Amino acid sequence: MSSFAPGMPERRIVRRGVGVLAMAIRIMPKPFAIAVAGSTLYAAATVGSAVVLGWVTDEVIEPAFVQGAIAPGTLAVAATVIVGVAVANALGIVTRRTAAYWMQYGLHAHFRRRVARQFTRLPLSWHRQRPTGELLSAANADVEATFWPVAPLPLTVGVAVMLVLSAGLLIATDVWLAVVGLLLIPLVVAVNVSYNAAVRGPATRAQQRRADVAAVAHESFDGALVVKTLGRESEETERFAAQSQRLRDELISVGRVRATFEPFMEALPSLAILAILFVGALRVAAGAVSTGDIVRIAFLFVLLEFPLRALGFILMELPRSVVGFERVERVLRARPDHQAGQESPPDGDGPATVDIDDVTFAYDDTAAPALADLHAKIEPGRTIALVGPTGAGKSTLATLLVGLAQPSTGTIAFDGTDLRALAPEALTRHAAVVFQHSFLFDASARENITLGGQFSDEEVRAAARLAQADAFIEALPQGYDTVLGERGTTLSGGQRQRIALARALVRRPRLLVLDDATSSVDPSVERSILEGLRDAALPSTVVIVAYRRATIELADEVMFLDEGRLVDRGTHAVLRTRLPAYERLITAYEVQR
Amino acid sequence: MSQQGQTTLGIGTGPRGAWATLVRGLQLSPELRDGLAGTLLLALMATAGKVVVPVAVQQTIDVGVVAADDPRTGLVAAAVAGSAVVLVLASLAAYAMTYRLARTSETALSSVRVAAFRRIHDLSVLHQAAEHRGALVARVTSDVDQISRFIQWGGVILIVRGGQALLALTAMAVYSWQLTLVVLVVVGPMAPLIYWFQGRLSAAFDLVRERHAAMMTAVSESVVGAATVRAYGIEDRTEQRISKRIGDEFWAQFRAGRLASMMFSSAEVVAGVATAAVVVVGVQLGLAGGLAPPGEPWVGRLAAFLFLVTLFVGPLRIATEVLEQAQTAISGWRRVLGVLDTQPDVADPQHGRAIPDGPIGVRFEHVRFRYPTGDDVLRDVDLKIAPQTRVAVVGETGSGKTTFSKLLTRLMDPTEGVVRLSGVPLTDVAFSDLRRRVVMVPQDGFLFDATVADNVRYGRPGCSDEQVRLAFLELGLSDWLDSLPSAEHTEVGERGERLSVGERQLVALARAYVADPDLLVLDEATSAVDPATEVRIQRALDSVTRGRTAIAIAHRLSTAEAADEVVVFDDGDVVERGPHSRLVTAGGVYASLHAHWMAGTRSEAGPAADPSQGARA
Repeated sequence: MSSFAPGMPERRIVRRGVGVLAMAIRIMPKPFAIAVAGSTLYAAATVGSAVVLGWVTDEVIEPAFVQGAIAPGTLAVAATVIVGVAVANALGIVTRRTAAYWMQYGLHAHFRRRVARQFTRLPLSWHRQRPTGELLSAANADVEATFWPVAPLPLTVGVAVMLVLSAGLLIATDVWLAVVGLLLIPLVVAVNVSYNAAVRGPATRAQQRRADVAAVAHESFDGALVVKTLGRESEETERFAAQSQRLRDELISVGRVRATFEPFMEALPSLAILAILFVGALRVAAGAVSTGDIVRIAFLFVLLEFPLRALGFILMELPRSVVGFERVERVLRARPDHQAGQESPPDGDGPATVDIDDVTFAYDDTAAPALADLHAKIEPGRTIALVGPTGAGKSTLATLLVGLAQPSTGTIAFDGTDLRALAPEALTRHAAVVFQHSFLFDASARENITLGGQFSDEEVRAAARLAQADAFIEALPQGYDTVLGERGTTLSGGQRQRIALARALVRRPRLLVLDDATSSVDPSVERSILEGLRDAALPSTVVIVAYRRATIELADEVMFLDEGRLVDRGTHAVLRTRLPAYERLITAYEVQR
Repeated sequence: MSQQGQTTLGIGTGPRGAWATLVRGLQLSPELRDGLAGTLLLALMATAGKVVVPVAVQQTIDVGVVAADDPRTGLVAAAVAGSAVVLVLASLAAYAMTYRLARTSETALSSVRVAAFRRIHDLSVLHQAAEHRGALVARVTSDVDQISRFIQWGGVILIVRGGQALLALTAMAVYSWQLTLVVLVVVGPMAPLIYWFQGRLSAAFDLVRERHAAMMTAVSESVVGAATVRAYGIEDRTEQRISKRIGDEFWAQFRAGRLASMMFSSAEVVAGVATAAVVVVGVQLGLAGGLAPPGEPWVGRLAAFLFLVTLFVGPLRIATEVLEQAQTAISGWRRVLGVLDTQPDVADPQHGRAIPDGPIGVRFEHVRFRYPTGDDVLRDVDLKIAPQTRVAVVGETGSGKTTFSKLLTRLMDPTEGVVRLSGVPLTDVAFSDLRRRVVMVPQDGFLFDATVADNVRYGRPGCSDEQVRLAFLELGLSDWLDSLPSAEHTEVGERGERLSVGERQLVALARAYVADPDLLVLDEATSAVDPATEVRIQRALDSVTRGRTAIAIAHRLSTAEAADEVVVFDDGDVVERGPHSRLVTAGGVYASLHAHWMAGTRSEAGPAADPSQGARA
């Protein structure tokens, strides 16, 4: 009952839905075959149990009544056959369902792995164009929606087998009974189809309303502090109640459609039985069938009630499946916009040289370039501060320097090798970046620093000390083994930044890029970090995107950017005298007093 | 939740068992009981449609086919026609019942949704912080949806099938109490079996949920942490971590599914055994004259009984399916009830007083605050702030200055001591008055997905566009407002994301300005904004605070320099207070904070900052 496919024609949904199912079978043929086998056993046993009951009526019960006596052996046989058929039926059910779960969950795992592989491989630019929620939902709800119809698929095959067997049984019993019984099938299909058509409208709208309710709740709880401090709880509740009311109305509409169709669908097999009783009585009168025949056919229809309704399950899930798969496919189809290089940089332990040659970069073709005609050489071992107003292109340049994005035109070279030609792992071994928003993994503090790399405890602690993180990590409940991240201990923004910094420092990178990486750290702590960096004799070239003056003053040189262009570069002192725009920016704190 | 256990209170987890949840749920939603009797009556009528078929079978065989030497088709026709009428009536009853149930339950659940929403807003910040935003949203969305889905799908099935089993049992007893007993003896052991399965199943599904959460956490790392993953070249490692957790989830799911299949099919075997027992006992009973008076036929009765056994056991089979769904619904309901049963720890007083008109003075009387886990955050704060002064509160992270601001605005209550505004204890002040007179501008300047004007109006509903423009003019922000694409009609986007952090702060200040409070509490933003916006914020702040009591939690010491008075927190105590000019030379905590800050913002502060020296020795 999730998102249906508004506006997509029925035939296309069915065609695409069948395509998804065919793919599912291709990927997991084994569990599907087992499930179908189980389902066939179940179908045969179900029809079989009706046959057995008819046989028991004709051969055991009626003779007993007529003769007034029964041989114990006959009863034992009857009981054994009945239980035997039931056990076969149960076996069929267990086999089908277990294999169907195997198939369904196996497909979830298969596609989640493929989606996750894309997430880890596709370029950052691809990620940045898509909302987090949309991507996560592709791995989560969309994958699940895609393979919902897989669960009832083997059952449907079983039902088809069951219908064929029933039809055979009917025809073998009596032509007239067969005519009555077989009329039921097109009727059931027709009701199922119209039910689906009728419920789609309100169900789609209900889904939309549900999203609206969630959106209001999300926003309102996000702004809970504002709501509380301004005393707007009642207004917010009214806003929410209005959305909730609309959802309620739509859900009641869904309920009405269900109320109309469900009893009808349930009554159909019963009506068929009544018709069979009447026709059957006529046929018994004509001497064409026995009492057992009537019992058998009537019982068959009692048993068919559930499987007949199962036919509708797949139909109901198809639209959701099709929409879900389209979203999953969008992720799977994405291709990296460039080929990763193979070269490794020239060997050397020392700090790196970076050559920026005529670089222009635009986030997309229509937007104004974020960087234009940039030329610069960063000498090894220097510390460069990137300074400029918001939107000047500082962070963009930082991203380009470590190869997380490629220049639209021009090249950036690391020790003389174009970044594009470098193998990704070669670059990440020699260059490290720390972002303003530091990301912590659901792992221990130590793992968050090493990220799986081979570093000794002493190296980890030395890096943490340099990042001013050692003391607070030690104070955590399990020290360096404390689990951090979303499901672990919560750290403050400044603490997170310090861990991220330690993560970069432990690698002793030849190029270290800090993108406003200490913004949440207390000024006094930041100062200790920066002084530590100066004294640590790191074998690296450092590029710092900075706002605070202390950060800037640490640098050997400042590159002043504005509107994507390198306006000037030089020492802090020189730029202050040479460049009024720089002086204004730097002294903004004093100006406002 | 555990990860923030140091500083938060939990939201209740709701009643314990399924039954307790149901009872409490019905207590809190009296609407659910509206017309319940009628609905159940209709359900009973609806199930008559299920039992009519076996009766028709019995009549046809015993009266129409077996008894007479030549079948009486007229009687059969009458029985069939009568049954058809009953079937049609039963279907109509089913329609009415399903529709009524949908209407009543959705109406009740909508109220539950709204009540839970309101309660979450009424809980204190400590409670709110106890859960992720997403978990709170789930309480009023997916948790309630689960109940709704269950009532509309599973609930209907449970009621109808339950009625069916009951009616089948009654009909069986009418045909033969002995055979009924036989069936009950065979089926009886199902109850403890299902109960046992149910326990194992719910444990299995708990594991599935846990593994699913772990799996999604790993997947989200590859999305949210995409930049880090690439920058550190840990694609393979990340993929392996995700893959492992996907595998873990698969196994948990598969095991739970297999268990459910076994439970489902056990009913099948029981039905078979019951049928066999009925045949064996029934034939002998029939021969002994226990099914029908001597001479009368009992073949149809026995056949009908066999049908009834199927109708009686069938619901059990379906119940095992629906119970799975019921469990999800109950746990959803439990979580919602957990919210409704959590009493706000910072509550609006019953007969609240008003703060006397005019400028507000603040008095902290030996205030102590301790988080629920026992960490003292404020030790013994005793201070007085005169009306219409501008105070800057400074201190290191963790010194207690943020706690101070939360106590001041009654986002939390002190563990000991009293906070008074113009002499009135804060706990006696009506919320309606408190939130009108005291406004806090939080650090992140949250905006709603609406226009700039709508967001400003949030401070004072009903204020016109002209008044909004005027507010920006008075704050010296007209130039900024006019630089926006559609001025005050500019949409700010989700959470205000179309504006920069600093710009959001500007709108938040305007919002506080139109609210026109007598006491303004500002929590300064910590993260850097570009200097131009910084200047604008300072200018706006000067205007907003003029003429009121204003207390700013200062992260930038430029705010402290401009304040009438500075209050310095250190390790939960007020250690210094006085004007900036005096404190800065006093050689205490403030002086050292200030020195650090100066070094951070001004180049002339000391030799360490001489750029010509180079960054590395």
